[in-house]
Amino acid sequence: MSSDADAPSAPRAIVAGHGDFAKGLVSAVEQITGRGAQLIPVSVHQLGVEDIEAVLRARMLEAGVRVIFTDLQAGSCTMASRRILRDMDDAVLVAGTNLPTLLDFVFADGRSAPEAARHAADRGRAAITVHGAGA
Amino acid sequence: MTIELYRIDDRLIHGQVVVGWGQPLNIRFIVLVDDAVAASDWEQELYRMGVPPEMDVYFHTASDAVAAIPRYRSDARRGILLTGDIATMRRLVDDAGVLAVNVGGIHSRAGRTQRLRYVFLSPDEESALRQLAEQGASVTAQDVPGARPVALGDLLSGSAP
Repeated sequence: MSSDADAPSAPRAIVAGHGDFAKGLVSAVEQITGRGAQLIPVSVHQLGVEDIEAVLRARMLEAGVRVIFTDLQAGSCTMASRRILRDMDDAVLVAGTNLPTLLDFVFADGRSAPEAARHAADRGRAAITVHGAGA
Repeated sequence: MTIELYRIDDRLIHGQVVVGWGQPLNIRFIVLVDDAVAASDWEQELYRMGVPPEMDVYFHTASDAVAAIPRYRSDARRGILLTGDIATMRRLVDDAGVLAVNVGGIHSRAGRTQRLRYVFLSPDEESALRQLAEQGASVTAQDVPGARPVALGDLLSGSAP
């Protein structure tokens, strides 16, 4: 029988976005799964675009991860990440991240991180549902 | 309609602009005035991908923006003009008759002092903002529509909350 000790704990991705988006989502992943350590939340409060790119790039290189999850297509973190991807061929960016996306990602033990990110993006997209009022 | 907002924001097109201002003001186009972006097809595509399909983005150098602004002012749609720095906006105040300037985001960097949560200024940048006002432009800081506009005097004196 597996245990929590079997769960991967090495960082596999960066999470970045507006306000406390990253911290909040990673906290939720940790509460639900105990696997929040796979995700590195990055805050970019008060940083300009060049510094955002530098911070994200530094965290990726320090942790050896090649996946970035961001919140908004037009957001500064997404823009900075797309610049990083220009010279990091093996990296993957997922914009529009939600909690189901990250939950799928942290359980994708058998996939490479980029493969897991693509799978998680599909899961996150499909997880949005509308109920009530004739929906 | 016209250009609703002339904004200095070193992040250029980002969430506050597209969503924060774009939705309540029903913005349908953005005029991005930045010499470096205007010279790079890749950068232009990057910014185009950040806006919804119903929003157009036009790119100009500071020089050609001066001639283009009257056309945007008479556009039937509502728009936002963005510059990434004070110097570029100063040129538009000088040569294109911009009368109201929104300081939307100038972020932390060495040599700058924090004036608001989203505004950090070097002494030279403070002088440049004063010069904008001396040229007749109304200069206020405001990151999103729901925030209280901060007058230039309060911004520079550090008395803004």
